[in-house]
Amino acid sequence: MSGTLTVLRAGPRVTVQDSGRPGWLEYGVSRGGAADRLALAEGAALLGQGADLAAVEMAGMGGEFQANNDLRIALTGAPMRASIDGAAVAWNASYLLPAGARLAIGMARSGSFGYLHVGGGIETPELLGARSAHLAGGIGTPLAEGEVLETGPDSGRTTGLGLAPENRFEGGTVRVVPSLQTALFPQAELSRFEQSTFRRGARGNRMGVPLEGSGVGFRPEGARTVVSEVIVPGDIQVTGDGTPYVLLSECQTTGGYPRIGTVLPCDLPVLAQAAAGVALKFRFIALEEAVALERAEAERRKGLGSLCFPLIRDPRTMSNLLSYQLISGAIAGEDDVV
Amino acid sequence: MTEVSTAPPLTEVRTVGVDGMLVSFGSRLSEPANRAALAFRAALAEESWDGVEEVSTSLVSAYVRFDLRYLDHAGLRARLGALLAQRDWYAAALPRQRRLWRIPAVFGTELAPQLPQAAEAAGMTEAEAVASLSAARVRVQTIGFAPGQPYLGELPEAWDIPRQTQLTTRIPEGALAVAIRQLVLFSVATPTGWMHAGQTAVRLFHPDAEEPFLLRPGDEVQFTPVTPEELQGLRRDPLGGAKGEALT
Repeated sequence: MSGTLTVLRAGPRVTVQDSGRPGWLEYGVSRGGAADRLALAEGAALLGQGADLAAVEMAGMGGEFQANNDLRIALTGAPMRASIDGAAVAWNASYLLPAGARLAIGMARSGSFGYLHVGGGIETPELLGARSAHLAGGIGTPLAEGEVLETGPDSGRTTGLGLAPENRFEGGTVRVVPSLQTALFPQAELSRFEQSTFRRGARGNRMGVPLEGSGVGFRPEGARTVVSEVIVPGDIQVTGDGTPYVLLSECQTTGGYPRIGTVLPCDLPVLAQAAAGVALKFRFIALEEAVALERAEAERRKGLGSLCFPLIRDPRTMSNLLSYQLISGAIAGEDDVV
Repeated sequence: MTEVSTAPPLTEVRTVGVDGMLVSFGSRLSEPANRAALAFRAALAEESWDGVEEVSTSLVSAYVRFDLRYLDHAGLRARLGALLAQRDWYAAALPRQRRLWRIPAVFGTELAPQLPQAAEAAGMTEAEAVASLSAARVRVQTIGFAPGQPYLGELPEAWDIPRQTQLTTRIPEGALAVAIRQLVLFSVATPTGWMHAGQTAVRLFHPDAEEPFLLRPGDEVQFTPVTPEELQGLRRDPLGGAKGEALT
């Protein structure tokens, strides 16, 4: 059944995101889409639906939402405090949000981007073939109080599932492959890059994140200006002062700064989710190894549904037990969840 | 430099990230390399090989993003090589259905405060700079960085001036900026190292329109000087006074 989700209150950077709009690079529009694509796959697994459906992305802070009909929801990405009509609910899980109930989502406890998925997906109008807001490119706007979002028809019934998330909210070491201009950097600079521990800078957003704390900036050999070439998410661009800057989903499409390497797409969620100040390291790997890792990750994401497990609710912790519609959290017998 | 650029330019196939390849037609901007990139991208789009997800161009190169489940680097490299060998891409014609756009612009004044600085760098008076920039018929060499944003060239040699090392914090939408024998017409407000010499009222990207992008690679553009008052009047026009006519 289709319905609506009303935004009662929203943090400053809450947007609708899907897997983005490929096909417009030639016209200067980067693919965009969810900053943490793995979160889209996790939400899809929890709700047993396609990963191409749109969700609500919440940068740092969530909001309050209300559905006009009973609505299946799932919460993924950066863990945030969440409650339904005042009762706390765990992150990385699916629920039935009863019609009229208030879903409140607070600050991220770690990481940067939390996601609210709904059964049937968010069905705002498509622009250039996708629903994703691309704020840097002037497509769409952040969600605001009072906005009413259409939700798509939902044929699924299962709720009350959990999924252990890949931990990508505390930084760590990410893998990179050589990029178009890696060879412009002397080997000593590349080694120093691999040995450095960076901190994610405070200015980061959906376009990219600066890497600070390496001391001296990184310098390519010879001329600093290279001919402007295509940019892909994950590219680590080294700006004029030598600060590396990792580009994310909403990056520009071309650039003339040299790039020291490119983060693997499967490791990019670690960059997107790193909160300001979190420690990050980089390790070069061979292209062949990267291809194998990407293929394996694509397979793993397809199989996430089988890793979902039923949430066990302890009635003793449910103060308002009688008001619960207990059956809604149960698993419909015909759904294959294990 | 002249000797180097008259030698046959080098074609190179390289990887981009984990799932992309780039066919470069030169290491610096030249008119044949730009034409080759545009023609090669058009040919790739026509071929539409299974597993190719997206093709695009920047100034002198064509980019292919592919699905690792259906294609591998060796296979794609072989196919790109075969397509490259099919013809002399540097001699390719410009894209079809090109148009000439005349776009009103204010040069200088507080709307485009870096005209004096740009003129000086080019060794011209301000009047000479305005005459030179408005006489030039420049071509959309590529669209990139931001939605619908053209890189226009090539300007007379006097305009081979460097980008500023100190970035301008915020250049407004519709700004016309100059450096390295090119003009950029900005489609979004952004920091930049290009010098802000003109200001237009044109909106290059209309996300909800049937034709979202005003310009296409290969189109030609000429900027017509207007006064700040005239530009103010043009701001009510969704095209900012831009007028297009068919070239081919």
